[in-house]
Amino acid sequence: MSTTTRRALLALAALAPAAARAAADGALAEAIREAVGEAPIEDGGIVLRAPAVAENGGQVPVTVLVESPMTASDHVAAIHILATRNPTPGVASFHLSPLLARAEVQTRIRLAEEQRIIVLAQMNDGRVRRAVAEVRVTTGGCLT
Amino acid sequence: MSGALNAPRIRIPRSARAGEVIEIRTLIEHPMETGLRQDGSRAVPRDMLTRMVVRMNGEVLLAADLRNGTAANPFHVFFVRMERSSAFEFTWTDERGRSARAEARVSVA
Repeated sequence: MSTTTRRALLALAALAPAAARAAADGALAEAIREAVGEAPIEDGGIVLRAPAVAENGGQVPVTVLVESPMTASDHVAAIHILATRNPTPGVASFHLSPLLARAEVQTRIRLAEEQRIIVLAQMNDGRVRRAVAEVRVTTGGCLT
Repeated sequence: MSGALNAPRIRIPRSARAGEVIEIRTLIEHPMETGLRQDGSRAVPRDMLTRMVVRMNGEVLLAADLRNGTAANPFHVFFVRMERSSAFEFTWTDERGRSARAEARVSVA
């Protein structure tokens, strides 16, 4: 093994936690791309309710309410929920019809550890809005 | 794990006034196993509900793709404005193609 290779390997070993983090970020970026493509994402226009501290990461209540008149010509077409530090980022995607009175969905999700919940709302004209909530988790809910 | 899925539970009013917004709550008992969890040294096999569809008078009202981050016993709440008496149909499907179904009617006076 050449000195250069050994040095490279040592550098790689030192980077291992960073690499794991990068892989998680990569999976998240991929999930976001899969959900909304390359559309520009704007913040705001969404009420995202989640507890600041979740005692039980296995059952975390989440409410998403997107500002929208929910008419045939102007409505929320989809709501995507993602988690930044779960083993896999996908939580759920909801496809809404304008028959709904408002663009609101309540669900319960799993969080493995302290992390952020990302909500992306896709309007019927292709615009995408985002909201983020940070949740601390007392007991992780994915692997237990 | 085999056999039929558990019967879902739906909370929906039987009647509503014209124009009233009603709340619909759905719950289905299901472990939502991701296949990533260990029970001792054994990996618990994957067993996931991946799809929920709610129809109102045959039209899709809400459809959901459920992924690993959805909690066990999936619970959902959503809101509909009632203009006329309507029939609701709820279905859940797992990755092996098994499904559970429920129906409800809301009459508008």
